[in-house]
Amino acid sequence: MARAVTTQHKTIATAAAWIVALLIFFPILYTIITSFKSEQEAIQGFALIPSGTMESYAEVQAQSGYFKFFLNSVILSVGSTLLAILIAVPAAWSMAFSPTKRTKDILMWMLSTKMMPAVAVLFPIYLIFRDTGLLDSRIGLTVMLMLINLPIVVWMLYTYFREIPGEILEAARMDGASLWNEIIYVLTPMAVPGIASTMLLNIILAWNEAFWTIRLTTTNAAPLTAFISSFSSPQGLFWAKLSAASTLAIAPILIMGWFSQKQLVRGLTFGAVK
Amino acid sequence: MKLRTLTLGLLSASALAFAAHAESITIATVNNGDMVRMQKLTDDFTKANPDIQLNWVTLEENVLRERVTTDIATKGGQYDVMTIGTYEVPIWAKQNWLLPLDKLGDDYDVKDIIPAIAGGLSVDGKLYAAPFYGESSFVMYRKDLMEKAGLKMPDAPTWDFIKQAADKMTDRANGVNGVCLRGKAGWGENMAFLTAMSNSFGARWFDENWKPQFDQPEWKNTLQFYVDLMKADGPEGASSNGFNENLALFQQGKCGMWIDATVAASFVSDPKASKVADKVGYALAPDNGLGKRGNWLWAWSLAIPAGTQKADAAEKFVSWATSKHYLELVASKEGWANVPPGTRSSLYANPEYQKAAPFAKMTLDSINAADPTHPTVKPVPYVGVQFVAIPEFQGLGTTVGQLFSAALAGQSSVDDALKQAQDAATAAMTEGGYIK
Repeated sequence: MARAVTTQHKTIATAAAWIVALLIFFPILYTIITSFKSEQEAIQGFALIPSGTMESYAEVQAQSGYFKFFLNSVILSVGSTLLAILIAVPAAWSMAFSPTKRTKDILMWMLSTKMMPAVAVLFPIYLIFRDTGLLDSRIGLTVMLMLINLPIVVWMLYTYFREIPGEILEAARMDGASLWNEIIYVLTPMAVPGIASTMLLNIILAWNEAFWTIRLTTTNAAPLTAFISSFSSPQGLFWAKLSAASTLAIAPILIMGWFSQKQLVRGLTFGAVK
Repeated sequence: MKLRTLTLGLLSASALAFAAHAESITIATVNNGDMVRMQKLTDDFTKANPDIQLNWVTLEENVLRERVTTDIATKGGQYDVMTIGTYEVPIWAKQNWLLPLDKLGDDYDVKDIIPAIAGGLSVDGKLYAAPFYGESSFVMYRKDLMEKAGLKMPDAPTWDFIKQAADKMTDRANGVNGVCLRGKAGWGENMAFLTAMSNSFGARWFDENWKPQFDQPEWKNTLQFYVDLMKADGPEGASSNGFNENLALFQQGKCGMWIDATVAASFVSDPKASKVADKVGYALAPDNGLGKRGNWLWAWSLAIPAGTQKADAAEKFVSWATSKHYLELVASKEGWANVPPGTRSSLYANPEYQKAAPFAKMTLDSINAADPTHPTVKPVPYVGVQFVAIPEFQGLGTTVGQLFSAALAGQSSVDDALKQAQDAATAAMTEGGYIK
């Protein structure tokens, strides 16, 4: 009996998971479907079967060079992630293994910066970028993306580090390891799954970031978000072209996410069932 | 080995120095067909100006507006040429944000720019933006359905005629709506149409003392007529239809009439995209016999921000892109029908263009019928036909647009929408210091 209930529960849970997954994936699926329609078809109304035309892809490719934007997306997302990890590992170490009275407050404060609408600081940031010559530069945008994702990176790493017994680090210290050796040779290898999933998530977040990447760039540093944005037209049909551009923009990150899903899920659920 | 490295280094340095010599200008624009075509034809410019390199930034219209405003207000210097409309030009020119265009070249022929368009882009007699393409609005209608209804569209119809024709043409069983009009909320969407329409009903946004006028009978007549007309003869879900949605409906043969931008004529008469390409007629925007028609005036124009370091190169480009030579270039590559319309009088005198574009005369007549400096029947303190050229209008226009869109969707009554519009406008004008 108990076995039957479990099987039934399992079936319901699986069905529910599939429904939720489909609901979440549907907008992406429909974008891909629309990219294979003609402009007239795309605006006509809901239809799941496209005519299969590739004209939108051809036009998108002819209008703007995809590769330049793609390269910028890779540089910005990977660069900002590496920079964030470099800063967040020591920060999370100190918070996890050497907490003070105010550590929780600092963590909350860091997270609270994510609660502010980005547009509230657009002008000050824009002026700083202008005065430091960082507008439309990959370096400036890498730093910006690192900064906006840093709270999440610190939080995630902090959670992983908390799972590592402090005694191991203590033992290393007893053996005469310096602080840096302790972090690099003892802590980091143990936290590899956590760091890897944090990096993957951060790359996805940086890849999809559309507020700052559109507003702080013009041509040199513009990533795929700017590429997508350029296909919306006030006078002329554009849904199919926009969908083709979106599909091209999300494809690399979707493929990366697919191949690293095990790592991603393991990292995200690390310590969750304790 | 060292010598080889040194030689290579020197060669690379000189290559870089040569590349650096070419001045690059950045042009911000929207993804409209005419702009996309311009990007494809820039070889002609760079051949004549090998020392100028062009970088294009294409953005969604609202993002473009926000980005260029940020850049221009902070003097960020990110753009050397920006695509802006007739709404921004008078406001920005007064703020000294734009450079006057006084070095467009001897053969540019400024006087050839259609006077109504040039007027909308000038402040104190100086041109601050050069029109890339201009438009008014007019009636596009199905000649076959009009004939079937037993009516003949006059060149200058009244609103009553439009209502009568729409009632007769509506055939919902066969998916034909008598009239398709903008309903999507936005200062450049439904409010462009409704503001222009209200001019022909004798309404105005503000009186001479900037007091909002939505509590006056003229606005009530405008909005009531619009809502009733759309309920009886408009498409389903019209409150979310903008230019593109109505364009698709008209191209698929689902609209008897469509009152919108003159630039749409080239889309609806294009046999590759439109099922009704050979059945479209054109007429001036309707009126009520009060002396003003319900047509607007707009020009996507190229302007040079005051913060640019490359004003000379930028002005050379603006001159090229808005010249007579450019029109000829487009005609030679893509045919006269694809030439950007509404900017130069000489284009409308060209028999080849008249032949290729049957809507040419009506477009010119519509543009000439709009007067941005005297847009309304009663006097107003502002410039602009389908907008009010004050910085507050973008926000206020969209708020009022949302209220009117809700009235069209049946979520509120016409009276409620007008009352709320009056309150919103009064609050915005008081906050802006226009009324004490």
